[in-house]
Amino acid sequence: MPSQVWAWAAPLMAVALTMLLGGFLFAALGKNPVSVIRTIFWDPLFSEFAWFYRPQILIKGAPLVLIAIGLSFGFRAGVWNIGAEGQYIVGAICGAAVALALYPMDARWLIFPLMVVAGALGGWVWAMIPGVLRVRFGTNEILVSLMLVYVAEQLLSGMALGAMRNPDGMGFPGSRNLAQYPSAANLDLIAGTGMHWGVVFALIAVIFAYVTLSRHLFGFQVRLAGQAPRAARFAGVNPARMILLCMGISGALAGVAGLFEVAGPSGQISIDFNVGYGFTAIIVAFLGRLHPLGILAAGALMALTYIGGGIAQSQLGLPAAAISLLQGMLLFTLLAVDVLTNYRVRFGRREVA
Amino acid sequence: MDLTSINPILFFASLMVAATPILLAAIGELVVERAGVLNLGVEGMMITGAVIGFIVAVSTGSPWLGFLGAAVGGALISQVFGLLTQYLLSNQVATGLALTLFGLGLSALMGQGYIGIKAPSFPDLHLPILSDIPYLGPIAFQHDPMVYVGLLIVLAVWLFLNRSRAGLILRAVGENHDAAHALGYNVRRTRMLAIAFGGACAGLGGAYLSLLRVPQWTEGMTAGAGWIALAIVVFASWRPGRLVLGAYLFGGVTVLQLNLQAAGIAIPVEYLSMSPYLATIAVLVIMSAGRSPGSLGKQFHAAR
Repeated sequence: MPSQVWAWAAPLMAVALTMLLGGFLFAALGKNPVSVIRTIFWDPLFSEFAWFYRPQILIKGAPLVLIAIGLSFGFRAGVWNIGAEGQYIVGAICGAAVALALYPMDARWLIFPLMVVAGALGGWVWAMIPGVLRVRFGTNEILVSLMLVYVAEQLLSGMALGAMRNPDGMGFPGSRNLAQYPSAANLDLIAGTGMHWGVVFALIAVIFAYVTLSRHLFGFQVRLAGQAPRAARFAGVNPARMILLCMGISGALAGVAGLFEVAGPSGQISIDFNVGYGFTAIIVAFLGRLHPLGILAAGALMALTYIGGGIAQSQLGLPAAAISLLQGMLLFTLLAVDVLTNYRVRFGRREVA
Repeated sequence: MDLTSINPILFFASLMVAATPILLAAIGELVVERAGVLNLGVEGMMITGAVIGFIVAVSTGSPWLGFLGAAVGGALISQVFGLLTQYLLSNQVATGLALTLFGLGLSALMGQGYIGIKAPSFPDLHLPILSDIPYLGPIAFQHDPMVYVGLLIVLAVWLFLNRSRAGLILRAVGENHDAAHALGYNVRRTRMLAIAFGGACAGLGGAYLSLLRVPQWTEGMTAGAGWIALAIVVFASWRPGRLVLGAYLFGGVTVLQLNLQAAGIAIPVEYLSMSPYLATIAVLVIMSAGRSPGSLGKQFHAAR
């Protein structure tokens, strides 16, 4: 039985360990480790200019939480969808396509909900490809979902340069700016707070996931399929249905996350629209122990590293790559520390086998 | 569009070059998986090898030292994965992903000062007699030495797995680690060695990209090659001979796609660039019937 205490202490310890290792890294890069770590983890929240950075935490955190919540279902059940980045891109493309097709119609009550549906559908379809192939042909869903990320990236640049290019954009790549199209824009609900529809959806997803996992039969089946696959089969859990549902949920949520990003903070379909949220969300899901509330906290922390990393980049000249290295390190240390959750360390006493 | 502009000799010759990085990474991963370990960090190890190989080659001026450095670097970073999965018993899928994310960040950081520099040149091998055979010579015998090193490694792996005692032990560990343990073989040590070999090969594959194929350093330059290598191991049903076929098939798709781009086919470049990935998916669908090693991806704990 895994230790309940360590299950929650391990992520905290991993974060502390990562800060320590990150400190060495920053020192090796010739920066003052203390000031870099303070810039990343403290300044966005409590510095003089925190009023400017705090809304950013919601903006960066919302897609991470949305995607990670979706992934957590599959990861719990042993369905490895690691192509969330692709589903995020396709969701954004589909959602934007609706808005661009109806431009410049003035009907927010119709267009915006339609975009959300299209985004979810786009992500869902993209995730169904590996799901169906796995169920029908036994194809490895890890590899297929990942290959589809590269396909989606090419599709994105194809769209930005071709079908969705802004006709008034003087030939520059990239679509019309949806944030400037009132019927489609996903702006702050309360100005200046960063609280856009994606944040609302992320919070709803957290609550929905929490209720599902703790109170609903499907949540029970997900947990059972992950912890005791054999018992799950005897209990009548249909593995094919489980795979399709888990892939579908994560795909739809990733697609919605992409839509909210393209309609708001990013504003347009462009070649460099995706910034790796789909991959970072994997770290978020694990750091949050695949638990909805944990994911919420982990998403906020990871958003912090993005924002703080940006500040450290501009103020202290820290390379951007150092932040992605720090995020990778975090997952490593978490997995390493996790041994304490599952095994108790004993000193001395070595029995003869 | 003018299909006649595709020169068949050049096509097959560049096919061999395009296939080599994938082949190198895939043969390493094949050994790892035959030992029962699923290391999804190939992409991360490849890109680490690419940057280390490039740095070493540029600073010493010797591509050979670059490849050596890449192999050592790949093996070292793979040991982080080994330590976590074999000794700290972490989940192999998650740890492999972590290795990829970590490797992508690490390589971007290390390669910062090396963007836009050209790699030292690595002259093609000119084998006497063989190179002068019409048609076959330019296709198969006028490449850089690493093309042949890759094929030799495949041959060596085949001999090792099928004709040596150590290979038999490695396969036993991969098929049933409990039985291998009961027979007194050291499961962990076997697996750590296999993981190191896989890392070294992935490093070589990465360095091939940065030193020969491109040949310069750009961030994220592996662009999924490590994942394709993983897919080719599945395609090969974990057999070295079929691995060569898979890698060359993939090389063919890549080169054809590039040739079509150059020939000015009426499909936008972006859609053509999808084809290697789509081909990989197609291959996975067709070839998912192979039987994987019995203990693949399972955790081994001696006390159980």
